[in-house]
Amino acid sequence: MKAAPFSYVRAGSVAEACEWLRRDGPDAKLIAGGQSLVPMMAMRLTRPRRLIDINEIAALKFVAIEAAAARTGACTRQCVVERDDALAMRAPLLRQALAWVGHTQTRNRGTVGGSLVHADPAAELPLVAQVLGATLVLRSGRRARRVPAVEFFTGPLMTSARPEECLEEIRWPVWPESRTGSAFTEVSRRHGDFALVAAAAQVALDEEGRCVRASFGIGGGGSAPRAFPRIAKRLVGTRLEEQPVKDAAREAAGEMDFFGDLHAAADYRKHLAAVLAERALRAARAQARAIAVEG
Amino acid sequence: MADDLYPIAVEVNGVARRSQVLPRVSLVDWLREELRLTGTHVGCEHGICGACSILLDGEPVRSCLMYAVQADGHRVTTVEGLANPDGSLSVLQDSFCEAHGLQCGYCTPGMLIAAQGLLDTTPQPTEEQIREAIGGNLCRCTGYQQIVDAIQLAADRLAAPGKS
Repeated sequence: MKAAPFSYVRAGSVAEACEWLRRDGPDAKLIAGGQSLVPMMAMRLTRPRRLIDINEIAALKFVAIEAAAARTGACTRQCVVERDDALAMRAPLLRQALAWVGHTQTRNRGTVGGSLVHADPAAELPLVAQVLGATLVLRSGRRARRVPAVEFFTGPLMTSARPEECLEEIRWPVWPESRTGSAFTEVSRRHGDFALVAAAAQVALDEEGRCVRASFGIGGGGSAPRAFPRIAKRLVGTRLEEQPVKDAAREAAGEMDFFGDLHAAADYRKHLAAVLAERALRAARAQARAIAVEG
Repeated sequence: MADDLYPIAVEVNGVARRSQVLPRVSLVDWLREELRLTGTHVGCEHGICGACSILLDGEPVRSCLMYAVQADGHRVTTVEGLANPDGSLSVLQDSFCEAHGLQCGYCTPGMLIAAQGLLDTTPQPTEEQIREAIGGNLCRCTGYQQIVDAIQLAADRLAAPGKS
């Protein structure tokens, strides 16, 4: 359970990290919190020749709230995002999801960006990125490009990030509607484990309780978490009554490409997905309804 | 390259330590094998069991999920650093004895570190907060109840020194 030999370099800036990536090509790997990479290296599932440590780059650690989006640096620790009250006000799904991510000790070290780039299909934060429609800012040298979450996650542990790119920041859209509610729920074998199935939802209501905006998604056990904008759109205009919510959840679950493993059969995952998506939508609605109408 | 040694300077339990390490050496292996601080235990070596928990800059992390080279410039507290300066047990450690919060003792250093991290930020934790704080630490002996009791006892004692 020891990593294979590798060489190590501590990058002082994103530019420096990109330069090392360019020089070493696919033999090099960036390390942020290391909460997934280090175990994989210990089990020799991966053996990079060089680790480029981005933990000491201060410019990658921040939380900034803007009108339309909350921005987090790629190397911002999960515990920092979890504790940030201003962020929880504007993008509450992040804190709700982080309660399911690992344990205190891993969230103290693990980073939000690292979880996204690792792209475990059962991880919680990629699902949040899909449901909120987050944008990932990837940098290589002087060039930066913005990639929407829906184009970023391409499969299990696979993303559209290029080998020479370093994730710089994540932009989480903030919904302007005052009556916005969200929820995250999952089933895992033990609390803190990766999800067998997870679901997340965010909805906004008008003063009469009609849905004006909805987004929801499902993760765990498929090739990548995904949101269902087409199905969610049909919830707009309803009061998120039992039947439309149930129908939407069931249709979305049917679109997931679940596979079975020794923890859960594909059919069971599909069943669970419909149940959890429904619960997430209902909990998000309940939270939005609890917010008093302004004025 | 891969067999190059990297210089590091780490403050461990208040003492400045300098060393030369291979990048592949985990922080827990460095603490145990080079500094001979064998209080921190190696369990699963892949971040599941929590036995290797230490405080990094005051916050609990798993020392098997970090390389020693990454601790350069940081502050580490191991279970050895929890005791009072005269070597006597801290209130938290003594509470584990008092409440029978251990049996075989393998998980205990990690439990103590997780509990210390909790009490540092939450001096009066609820039972739920205690269970959440030690949720990443496996114990195969106690069934956890006495560990929860021990942490609660420590919190009570620290809140009202002199009593109990």
